[in-house]
Parts: sequence; C-alpha cells; structure tokens
Amino acid sequence: MTDATIGGLAAPASVYPKTSLMAQSPLTRRRNAAESRFKAYGIAAIVLSLATLGFMLVTILSDGVSAFFQAKLSFPVELTAETLDPVGNRNRADMVKITTLGYNKVLAEAFQKELTAKGIAVAGQSDKDVADVVSKDAAGKLRALVLANPEIVGTTIDATVLATGRVDGYLKGRVTSETALRDSNVTPEQLQLADQLRDAGILKSVFNWDFITLPDASDQRPEAAGLGVAILGSAYMMLLVLVTCVPVGVAASIYLEEFAPKNVWTDAIEVNISNLAAVPSIVFGILGLAIFINFAGLPNSSSIVGALVLTLMTLPTIIIATRASIKAVPPSIRDAALGIGASKMQMVFHHVLPLAMPGILTGTILGLASALGETAPLLLIGMVAFVDNYPSSPLDGGFLEPATALPVQVYGWAQRADPAFIERSSGAIILLLAFLVVMNIMAILLRRRFERRW
Amino acid sequence: MSVLFLLVIVAVLALAGFLLCRQRVMASVQGDPKLLHSLPGYYGWNGAITVILPALAVLVLWLIVQPFILENRIASVLPPAMVADGSSLTLVMSDVRRVASGLDAAVAGGVMSEQEAGMIRTEFTDVRGKLARVGVALGSDVTREVLAAAQEYRVMIAWSAMARTILVVLIAVAGLIYAIMITNKDFRARNRVEQAVLGILIAASSIAILTTVGIVYSMLSETFNFFSQYPYQDFFFSLTWSPNFRGDSDLGIWPLIWGTMYITLISMIVAVPIGLFAAIYLAEYASKRVRAWVKPLIEVIAGIPTVVFGLFALVTVGPLLRDYFAEPLGWGDSGSSVMTAGIVIGILNIPFISSLSDDIINAVPQSLRDGSLGLGASKSETIRQVLLPAALPGIVGACLMAASRAIGETMIVVMGAGAAARLSLNPFEAMTTMTVKIVGQLTGDTDFNSPETLVAFALGMTLFVITLALNVVALMVVRKYREQYD
Repeated sequence: MTDATIGGLAAPASVYPKTSLMAQSPLTRRRNAAESRFKAYGIAAIVLSLATLGFMLVTILSDGVSAFFQAKLSFPVELTAETLDPVGNRNRADMVKITTLGYNKVLAEAFQKELTAKGIAVAGQSDKDVADVVSKDAAGKLRALVLANPEIVGTTIDATVLATGRVDGYLKGRVTSETALRDSNVTPEQLQLADQLRDAGILKSVFNWDFITLPDASDQRPEAAGLGVAILGSAYMMLLVLVTCVPVGVAASIYLEEFAPKNVWTDAIEVNISNLAAVPSIVFGILGLAIFINFAGLPNSSSIVGALVLTLMTLPTIIIATRASIKAVPPSIRDAALGIGASKMQMVFHHVLPLAMPGILTGTILGLASALGETAPLLLIGMVAFVDNYPSSPLDGGFLEPATALPVQVYGWAQRADPAFIERSSGAIILLLAFLVVMNIMAILLRRRFERRW
Repeated sequence: MSVLFLLVIVAVLALAGFLLCRQRVMASVQGDPKLLHSLPGYYGWNGAITVILPALAVLVLWLIVQPFILENRIASVLPPAMVADGSSLTLVMSDVRRVASGLDAAVAGGVMSEQEAGMIRTEFTDVRGKLARVGVALGSDVTREVLAAAQEYRVMIAWSAMARTILVVLIAVAGLIYAIMITNKDFRARNRVEQAVLGILIAASSIAILTTVGIVYSMLSETFNFFSQYPYQDFFFSLTWSPNFRGDSDLGIWPLIWGTMYITLISMIVAVPIGLFAAIYLAEYASKRVRAWVKPLIEVIAGIPTVVFGLFALVTVGPLLRDYFAEPLGWGDSGSSVMTAGIVIGILNIPFISSLSDDIINAVPQSLRDGSLGLGASKSETIRQVLLPAALPGIVGACLMAASRAIGETMIVVMGAGAAARLSLNPFEAMTTMTVKIVGQLTGDTDFNSPETLVAFALGMTLFVITLALNVVALMVVRKYREQYD
C-alpha cells in the first residue's frame, strides 16, 4: 500500500476515531445492541405467550381438579317404617305419597343419632343447623333408592350422602370460618362440626363419579351438579355432525378438485367456502334460530338443531382439509387408472379417494374437535336452558329432545351466583380439554401412521 | 306414519331394486358378464338410484311445502279478524299448534280417545284443564276458534301424512318397475350411475352457497321486519341503547359499535406486537429444534375453545386487573371491562397472527436476505428494512383478519366485557359489544314480534357485513400489494 491510498482513506477515518480492531466502535456497539434487543423482543414475545397459556391452564386445572372430588358423609340410616310407609304394606303406590320432606326427617334423625353415638357436638347449634350439613340432594336420592327397593324399609342401611356445598368447599379450602361469618348459607359452627366429623371418619372427600354421570342440578345444590346430560348431548351432536358433515364435505371436495369446470358457479362455490370459514360463529347461531327452529319448526335446544348448525360451521374446515389431501395424490395415479380404462368416476372412487383417506380422516377429527368446543351458536338455539333429564336414545327420538353441550354447560355454570359452580365450570373444562387432547393425539397418530410421501 | 318409517320402506325398495336389476341383467346374458355393457353391479346401483332419488326428492319437496299449505288452510278456517295482519297470524298459528300437540299428547297419554279429541268443544269440556293433566300447559284458555282450528290442523296433518306416504311409496315402486323394465344387456348402466353420482356431488358442493343464502336471507328478512317496527334513523344514529320490554326502547347501535371497536383495538394492541415478534423470532432466529417445539405449542392456544378463555377472563384476568390496576388507580371497580376482554381476545389472536405472519415471512425469497446481509446489514436490520416491507401486505392482511375475528368473538366478551352499553373512554369500565347483545336479546323467552328481539338480527347483519368487508379488504390488500418474486 502506498501513502496516497492511506491519505485517501484518512477522511472517513476521521469520522470514526482510530481504535483497535479488537474494540467495537460506538456505531457497531449500537447496532449490536439493537440486534440483541430485537432478538430479545422475539424471545420475550414467545415466552410471554407461552407463559400466559401455561398460567391459564394452571389456574383452570387448579380450580377444576377439586370438582372431581366431593365431600360425602357416611352413616347408618334407619329407614323407619312409620314415616316412610305409614300404610305398612310396602306398596310402591302408597309410598310415593311420602315426599322428600319425610325422607329429610329420617336423614336428620339418623344423622343426629350418629353424632350422639360418636359423641360429636358443637355448642350453640340448632338441630336444623346440624341437619343442614347434609346436602338437600340427599333426601331425593334416598327416596329414589327406597322407591326402587321398597323391601328395605324398616332396615338400617349404610348410607353415603353428599355433604352440603359449603362443607365441601371447606374441605377444599374455598370456605373458611372467616368467610362463613359473612355467608348466610353456612355458620362457623357447622365448619367446626365438619372438622369433628372428618376426624371421626364420617366425612370424607372421595372421587366423584357423579360429576361425570349425573345431570345438572339447581342453584341451591352445586354439590349434586354433574355433566351427564352435557356429555350425552355433545356426543349426540358429534355423531350427527360426523354423519352429515363427512359425506357432504367429501362429496363437495371431490367435485371441486376433480370434476368442476372453470365457470361462474364453481367460482361462486369457492368464494362462498372461503367466506363461510371467516363468518363469526354467532352468525351461524342466528341462521340456526331463524331457519331450523323458526322456519323448519325443529324443537328448541334439541341436539339435531345444534348438530346442523355445527355441521354448517365445520363444513368449510373439512372441505379445505379434504381438498388438500386429494390434491396431494400425485397425477400419475390418475393417469395410470385412466390409462388402463377406468372411467373418471372409477378413477376417483377406486384410487384417489382411498389414497386420500388418511388426510381426510385427520381433517375430520380436527374439524370435530373445533365443533366440540364451539359455544356461541349453541346459546342462540336455546341449549343454555336448564336440562336435568337425560335425552332418550337416538332410536326413541333422542335427537329431538332438549339437551345441552359441554362448553355450554361451562358457560351456564360460570353464570351462576354460587362460587361452587366456578369449580364445577373449571372441572367441566378439564373434561372438555381432555376430549380435545385425545382427538388431537388421534389425528397426529393417524397422520404419522398413514402419511405417505410420494 | 312417520318419516323415518317411510325412509325405511324406500330403503327396502331400493335394496330390492338393486338385487332385481342385477339378477335380471345377469339372466339376460345367461350369467356371462362379458356380454354386458357395464359391470353387473352398475345395473344394480342403477336400480337402487332410480328408486331412491325421485322418491326422496318428492319427500323433501313435500316436507318443505307442507307447512305453507297447512298454514293457508288453517288461516282460511279461522275468522278473518283473528288473522288480520302477519304478526297476529303467527301468534294464532303457534296457539293452534300448541293445542294440537296437546291433543296429541292427551291421546297418547290415554286421557282422551282419538274420536274424543276430534269432537270436543270448549262449550262442554274444560280443554285447558284436560291438557294440563297430561303435562301440556297452555297460557290462556282455549277459544272456540282455536280449538276448531287445532282439530282441523290435526285432521290435515294426519291426512297429509297418509297422502305423503302413499305418494312416496308409489313413486318408489314406479321407479323400481321402470328400472327393471329398462334393464337389459345393452343398457349403459355405468354412464347413468355416474351421471347420478355427479349430480349428487354437485348438490353437495352447492350446500356452501345454500348456507350463505340461508344466512343472508334469514338475517335480511328479520332485519326488514325490525325496521318496519323501529325507525332505521334511530337505530343507526342514536347514541343510547336501553331496551326494555315495555315498548319504549332506545336501540341505537353506536354504544355497541364503540364497545366492539374499543375491545378490538385493545386486542390488536396485545396481539399484533406479540404475534409479530414471535413470528419473526421463529422464522429468522430460532433453531430447527426450538421451532419444532415452540410453533405447535403456540398453536395450542388456537385449539382451546373460546369458552375456556371466557372463564379465564371472568375468574382470573378480570379480578386481577380490578385489584391491581383499576381500583388502586381509581379507574373503576368492575371486574368485567373492556381491558379484560381486550387482553384475553388478544391472547387468543396471538397464534393466528403469528402463524400467518410466519408463513408470509418464510415466503420472502432467500435472495433478498442474502443481498441485504451481503451489503453488511445486521440480521435485525435485514428484517426491519427488507423482510418486513416485503411481507407488509401479507401482514396487514393477517391483522385485518385477526381484527375481524376479534369483532365476531362472542364467548370472551359475553363473560368478560359486561353488559352495560355505554360510550366511555375508560378501558376499565364495563362496556358491551354487538355479539353480547345478540346473545342477550335472543336467549331466554323471546317474542319474535317485538323490536327488542328483532334488533338482534339487525345487529347480526351489521356484524356479518363488517366482518365480511374486513375479510374482503384483507384479501384485496394481499392481492394488490403482493410482490411477485419469481
């Protein structure tokens, strides 16, 4: 290098004072700092979104797991014949006349007796306060049991009955003696009684199958509310969505991928499918209300209306997935089939469709999973109504009877005043998420097992 | 005879058609399929299709037309004063239907005989009391005209069911005979079957159009109904929303639009930066392993039902914001607020924006990156000054679609935003949206002739138009400003 070139370079060098190569100039430092800041923003965004997801799942799990456990009291109950069967002939028709009030009395007496026998007593409590530790639901259950087996009247049975929701909340830590002071539904003395009952082994928290099997219960009995009707309703709807949505979706996809000529009608179909995928779900609810219920006269809050609405919503998803997997079948298969003399229809149904089946199945499962979690349109067609009868089997017209669905039950319980229902609501979400996880894993496994690279 | 039983009959006839046609064609060639035009199965299928398709078409048509004809006939039975205008006709008709189903239940429950149900008169029998005994509660006492109409209705229903059954079975049998007659060895059965299948495929793909037509029709007709009862100026230009069922409601849409837009704005402020930065990191910085784990995890958020987010807003986010921000700062004491709903919708939209942006950034050709890096730009400078401008139309499109999702989101706002319609700037106050009001006005006991219920359809129409417009604009932005690189 000559002096001249060094002199020529001297001008820019004056902007950046001469430094060692090993040290960074301020500009480089600034740029590097900006670089690492930018990268940190990205990491922060990811961490933030994953942390929120984790936080949400943890809060719901911690709120909801306790719904699967329930405080129950077990004590011997003497089914006094004078109260339960005054006629004395063990005839069901006569015993039906005894309402739950009579059974309440029997339960309260038996409970008192057990407390005296075990020497449990808390000062300053009326008999009614003591009896109220037993759930209001218990009498009805006992009545159903007795009416089903009239011969047990007069004997002493070991009954296991629900404790009231507040005592259940006390065992789970939701209710404390401080909150009990402000709560008209429970007294601190009842909680002390609950402590003693637990020590005596009468009060226990056990796994609560009833939460999964029983129907919904009224506002006053959160301890007895279950998801049975909701699970059944969701199952009915998923079944109907499956049988209506898959044939229609697959047929539509075959037509659009394999047969459709390029014309105005097919363009209209394409535009409509992509638009329907973007229509807010509640609009489908309005459609269901106006067309299926008001116009076609199908019954309100029945699972068939819910399923029709969900079908229309899921259709675009299934069509898009099916078309993708039909498109993925290589043209050579089609050419080979046509080349050996198959008609176009035979080519599609004998070769393309079977090869596209795994993709169609995966898309279907994912579509069903999203339909299972959908809530808003079901609210409009009346599924939020209180339903405590199981719908009958599909052959007896069960699809036309009022039902409710899992996500709607989540919403319904969240709207109730008693905080015990929030726990139930979270518990229902756990079950819903469990179903969704199973469906998604199924889809992933199917894809892994049958995925084919051409 | 029930429709289900009718379907079973048609199915049995179709099976007979399949077997008979197949057998006949095989007999015509003495069991040598090589002499046939088509494979033997196609003759069978042709038989089955010829039985089913016309019969089903007639059945469906009948089921669609029947209510209209019945309604007309009943209206002619009723005295003209009762059916003067459209709304009272629907009321009377629903009364008639309820009484008729009550009579059905009474007959089924054994309270009356079939004959009795057709003969009773209000003058001699306490119809309401009798129906109450089988669990059919009627709001008011049954008038003579309604009872007569209900009995007429029952007669016509029974008659129509009978006629329907006979007609459909006749058509199915005619189809069967026709199919058997035309079946011979030279009949081009495959072509016929394939034509029918193609027709079915076209019909299936037209359901998408029917759905859109159904949506638009159902909302348009009820919206017109609404505007005939409520002046449109008040709906579009009034600033108060206070429905009440006494009849003097203010149904101005602006408080709802304001709430919707405010919540959408907050959700976008949350979702766009987080989603975009997550996408940039995943597309440009993350190693393959990190990407393989993190991308599906973020997409898990999109798979969670919105009612779960709603409960999260109601139970966790709302009280959190109230206790740590709103109350200490003196901005309000409401757990459900614009902020709550906005933040939670924002979280819901993160995966939507991030996966769309991720795809778009990945679609920018590598040569642009290489050129920029080769000129000495750092990685972040390349992203900010080369990649993002190139990807901008796509990202704007993604954001518009996310906004349309936020506007149409229902469960989170129902559970997290509150129900009070107000125009306010304070984000910690409860406000409400169009979707909340649609749910509110249409759940519970509703009367489809009052503007307070019908307004939900007008709101739904507005919502539909806004979201559709946003999606169309998003598509146009992407198409118009997309850079073509090849």
